Formats: sequence, structure tokens, C-alpha cells
Amino acid sequence: MTTKEIAGKQVELDADGHLVNVNDWSDEVAKALALEEEITEINDKHMQVINFMRKEFETSGSVPSIRKITKQSGVNTKEMYSLFPGGPARKAAKIGGLPKPKGCI
Amino acid sequence: MSDEKIKKVTIVVSRGSLEGVYPGLIMANGARMEGIEADLFFTFFGLDAIIKDRMNNLKVATVGNPGMRFPNGMPMPTMMGGLPGISAMVTSMMQKEMEEIDIPPVGEFMEMISDAGCGIYACKATVDMFHLTEKDFCPQMNEVITVGEFYEKSAGAQIIFT
Repeated sequence: MTTKEIAGKQVELDADGHLVNVNDWSDEVAKALALEEEITEINDKHMQVINFMRKEFETSGSVPSIRKITKQSGVNTKEMYSLFPGGPARKAAKIGGLPKPKGCI
Repeated sequence: MSDEKIKKVTIVVSRGSLEGVYPGLIMANGARMEGIEADLFFTFFGLDAIIKDRMNNLKVATVGNPGMRFPNGMPMPTMMGGLPGISAMVTSMMQKEMEEIDIPPVGEFMEMISDAGCGIYACKATVDMFHLTEKDFCPQMNEVITVGEFYEKSAGAQIIFT
């Protein structure tokens, strides 16, 4: 675990660079984390995914699978890959301030 | 762990049983999820996984499978695997468990994998041998290719045979 200043705030990160505390998350933190993943702009579609994932995490305690995201958030598989190139679920989780997804799907 | 990341995989699916098909699909989807280029190549009985009328009816091979166990963990005598209804029963139990951990049925999984940008190819020799035509396949099947084309497409990839 490391502490890092993100968007002017000291936050704790795990070994994968994900926020340790979901409550450290804010729009500014999301923007800064997105930049680390080479996503320069967060649009409404990104937010639609992130908000869905955060809500799911809050209720179930785990990061939803890509299947669940694409079935329930209103953003389909192809869009997920273009919004978060090279790691749809993993990058969306990181930018959304959630831990790395644990499932195989 | 090596610093050199895997960039591309080609996964060959050669078996048509439920447990013969899923590992390849999970690996292909998992590769795309990690930003790894991936292609799936279906050959011999593995083709059933991309044949429209068969893909959602794959069964667990219970005959000659010493790994089979009852739900309580007791080993199942291999002889029982051949009894009528056993394969169907084991298949439905496994499908239920897979649904619990969000592994989709084959048809839905194939759509997901194709939308993820994974190429889906059928083996020409098998297509000819089984007298199949393009319209037997699910719409996600990109192309029927020869073994030579398979190697061409696999340039620079790690080839995984399942």
C-alpha cells in the first residue's frame, strides 16, 4: 500500500494502483486516475459505467463482472472496449475508485 | 513474473463437450479484457460451439471421466457416467453453478467475445469432413480457414490448444 497525492488530496492506493478507500473518490480523482490509464476525457458514457459499478459495489460488496455491466448499465460490450481501451472492467474499476475485479469474466 | 507481456494469443478449441469448450472461451474473453489480442479457432468436435443449433446444447462428457463427483464430494463410479440422464443432469448442475459466477451460456458468450474484438474461425478440414456450410454457423463466425491461414493469422501469437 502506498500514499499518493491525487487531485490535491492524499489518498491510499493498493499494489495495483486502485483506491483503498472508495470514499476517497471524487470527479477530480476519477479524472486523474483516468489520465494514468491514458484516458484523457471522461464523458457521460464513462460516468454511466462508473456510477453503475459504484452502486453495485455499494450494495453487493464486489465489483460487477463485465457481463453484469453490459447487461444492466445500458452500455454494451463494444462501447465498453472503446471507452476503456485495453481493459474494460479493470480500467473502469480503477477510475471509479473500486478494487481490481476479482472474477474471471 | 517476466516484464514481457503477452501481446497475442490464438486459442484452439478441439473438443465439443461443455467442459471442453468453456476453458477456451474464458481464456479468449480474459485475454481481451487484459488488452491482449485474441483469436479463437474451432476444429473437429469443437465446431459444435459455433454451430447455431448445437452451441447452446453442449453436454458434460460423463463417460470415462474419473474426475466426476457427487455434489457431496464423493467420487462417482465411472460406470455411472454412462447411465441414461446422467450427462444431462450433470450438465444442468454445472450450468447452474456457472450462471452463479456470471459465466454466460455459450451463445451469449460468443456474442460477448466477438464484440470484444476476438476473431472467431472455423477449421476448413472439419467443415468439409462434416459437410457443413456457412449457414450452419452462428453469425459471429468470421471465416472458415485452412490450417495454413490459421498459422498466418497466428503470426506473433502464443498458440494454446484445448
